[in-house]
Amino acid sequence: MTSKSLLTEDKRTKARNAAERRFKSYGVAAIAVAMMALAILLTSVIVKGIGAFSQTYVTIDITLPADRLDKEGNRDPAEMAKTTTIGYASVLRDGLIDTLAAAGIETEVSAKDIGDMISKEASATVRNRVLANPDLIGETVNFNLLADGRIDGFFKGRVTMETASRDQNVSPEQLVLAEQMAEVGIIETRINWAFLSLPDASDQRPEAAGLGVAILGSLYMMIVVLVLALPIAVAASIYLEEFAPKNRWTDIIEVNIANLAAVPSIVYGILGLAIFINFMEFNQSSPLVGGLVLTLMTLPTIIISTRAALKSVPPSIRDAALGVGASKMQSVFHHVLPLAAPGILTGTIIGLAQALGETAPLLLIGMVAFVRDYPQAFSDSAGLFGDPSTALPVQIYNWTQRSDPAFVERAQGAIIVLLVFLLIMNAAAIILRRKFERRW
Amino acid sequence: MSLTLPLLFIAALSVGGFFIARSRAQSAAGGDIRKLASLPRQHGLNTALSTAIPALFAILAWLFAARLLSYRETAPIWVPLAIIVIATLGFILSVMRVSVTFRARTAAEGWIRSLLIGASVIAILTTVGIVFSMLFESINFFSQYRWQDFFFSTNWSPNFRGNSDLGILPLLWGTLYISVIALIFAVPIGLFAAVYLSEYASRRTRSVFKPLIEILAGIPTIVYGLFALVTVGPFLRDYLAQPTGFGDSASSVMTAGLVMGIMLIPFVSSLSDDIINAVPQSLRDGSLGLGSTHSETIRQVVLPAALPGIVGAILLAASRAIGETMIVVLGAGAAARLDLNPFEAMTTVTVKIVSQLTGDTDFASPETLVAFALGLTLFVITLALNVLALYIVRRYREQYE
Repeated sequence: MTSKSLLTEDKRTKARNAAERRFKSYGVAAIAVAMMALAILLTSVIVKGIGAFSQTYVTIDITLPADRLDKEGNRDPAEMAKTTTIGYASVLRDGLIDTLAAAGIETEVSAKDIGDMISKEASATVRNRVLANPDLIGETVNFNLLADGRIDGFFKGRVTMETASRDQNVSPEQLVLAEQMAEVGIIETRINWAFLSLPDASDQRPEAAGLGVAILGSLYMMIVVLVLALPIAVAASIYLEEFAPKNRWTDIIEVNIANLAAVPSIVYGILGLAIFINFMEFNQSSPLVGGLVLTLMTLPTIIISTRAALKSVPPSIRDAALGVGASKMQSVFHHVLPLAAPGILTGTIIGLAQALGETAPLLLIGMVAFVRDYPQAFSDSAGLFGDPSTALPVQIYNWTQRSDPAFVERAQGAIIVLLVFLLIMNAAAIILRRKFERRW
Repeated sequence: MSLTLPLLFIAALSVGGFFIARSRAQSAAGGDIRKLASLPRQHGLNTALSTAIPALFAILAWLFAARLLSYRETAPIWVPLAIIVIATLGFILSVMRVSVTFRARTAAEGWIRSLLIGASVIAILTTVGIVFSMLFESINFFSQYRWQDFFFSTNWSPNFRGNSDLGILPLLWGTLYISVIALIFAVPIGLFAAVYLSEYASRRTRSVFKPLIEILAGIPTIVYGLFALVTVGPFLRDYLAQPTGFGDSASSVMTAGLVMGIMLIPFVSSLSDDIINAVPQSLRDGSLGLGSTHSETIRQVVLPAALPGIVGAILLAASRAIGETMIVVLGAGAAARLDLNPFEAMTTVTVKIVSQLTGDTDFASPETLVAFALGLTLFVITLALNVLALYIVRRYREQYE
């Protein structure tokens, strides 16, 4: 005789409870996978990109010989400009060899290879400084110069003795010498804030490449997007939410906006190329065109969140305003809009953040170009925001396409910068929402 | 003559008009504004808007017409003059209408309303712009290249000297293959995460993990692209593809699909979350009351009820996967190939749009113009998916309202 108790599980109940636990564990596993992906992604970016924020420098005393740098001997910058950076490179090489001798380091490395340990950018740095101050000629000046990208990579672990033996651009002997120089303090790795301000550099000198132009270009585009998208989106939302009659036309506009929000971003790039560049003949790769394309792309996002914000203002506010004699327009502009403002701003910031990270449409309107001049906000020849420029995400893409692996490190560093900007924007949106959002 | 001068004129007349109309209204009322049908500043506003809006519209119309007729010099003298006349006319007419009985508020609001309508028409203009910008160049392309070859050829090999094979099939195959892998990865994870967060998780757990998952949605695609290029690609090659002998390319369908899957997780999960939450509580209560366990309720009641909405969410995710660019540009490779091996590099429609339009080829050549035909195809496919998905989601929402 078996008596069944509610407290002992029979076989079927057991199986059902097991299924229950299994199902629940699938959910936990799914979340765990998503979290792991997030963690791996962020760690990978930080570990690989943090190196871009430090840089290896060579500190050397250089005697600037008058006979090589100022052949006329009159200290006239116009005459001295005839000496090219190649002339300066040999001066730097001799300076480094002298410094090594003074530090008591003996080496088998050839003079040319010693010179190659200094960045190709360094001779331009020295030349600019000398041209700006011709009195330096003949003196011994202490310079703090960029080391070559491979030497920099050695101190960051990207280049090893093993890879150097296979690399034409750097030899293990140079690395041994670099280690000796580091011991006596001639070579030093420290924080590199110039990464945020310098313009891009050519393929040969990753150590000198920075984000200055890209950040400026992105900033200009964000200004264009903010100035155009916010008023247009708010006006469109007010019309659709408060005034539009319920008819076919309004329906078409609504479906249209929902669809535009889901159109692939690259299609907006084609639109920009065909309309703004080929038809309207705005300047290629200018922040103006980039900003216009991003405006059209973010409009649906901002419209959708603005409409949600307007919808959340209770009708009693409108009724009260209408009751004391306000017109429909006044009730909206004087009462509903101010109450919806925090929600609208939050939506706008999120739209801007989305625009800031967008890459594909900008590739098509020519923002991949190599730009070394800082773009002007306004110039007589190019007009408002018309100077060629690049943008943060496009600069990242650009660097991934170069052969030197040092550029991949730069690209990862640029991603950190981009993510920090996005973090700040999203945090601002959250704070705004927490602080000003009203629940009715 | 440049249009700067008329622009300044409009601005000055508009601001001046505001004050003139305001003071005229005040003097018409003889100092007692209770006699006026509208407040003095509303008269001012009406004049300012009547001056500015038609004139600014005229400027836009001229700019558009000039481009349409490919007129390249600065505008002939009659254009700025006409604009100035329009502004002045608006100014004079509106100032003359100032009177005790004139309802300036209604008139001014009419102008504002037209601005609001104008802003919402921009959404339609954008769509029209998208369609036309691609349509014209596509027609141009098909006049140089047979459409049968474009849609049905299995070979893609553009050639700078002309005589290229531009068949879309290998590109479509790569696009679909990568999207399917991404969805196979993202849909179960996103769906289970959504089910867990909305049905099992405590309020606290939910408030921690939901935002964390949504961080994945806020990360720009270029970041995912680089992640695929430097981390996932080499990892898959060294630990999966090479040991099993499937291939030795870091950029592959698998790399791009996997990373795109990560990108789609928050998309699937937040859409499904909304949909699962919309299932009425009474259905759950009924099922639990009949003695089914929590998971049985979810599997046999909640998910079937939410199915149309979830299908809509998956379709939206698919449309996003098909249109995604940066991940495939950096992760999938550039070789057009019809192959089944997921560890082989393949390419997609979006990759080829980028490479054909950023190259140095002549703009009028079929090698460049094909990008517009590709773009149009992409637009039509994603539009169809979106319309279908939005329709399903909308129908589903109405079902429980």
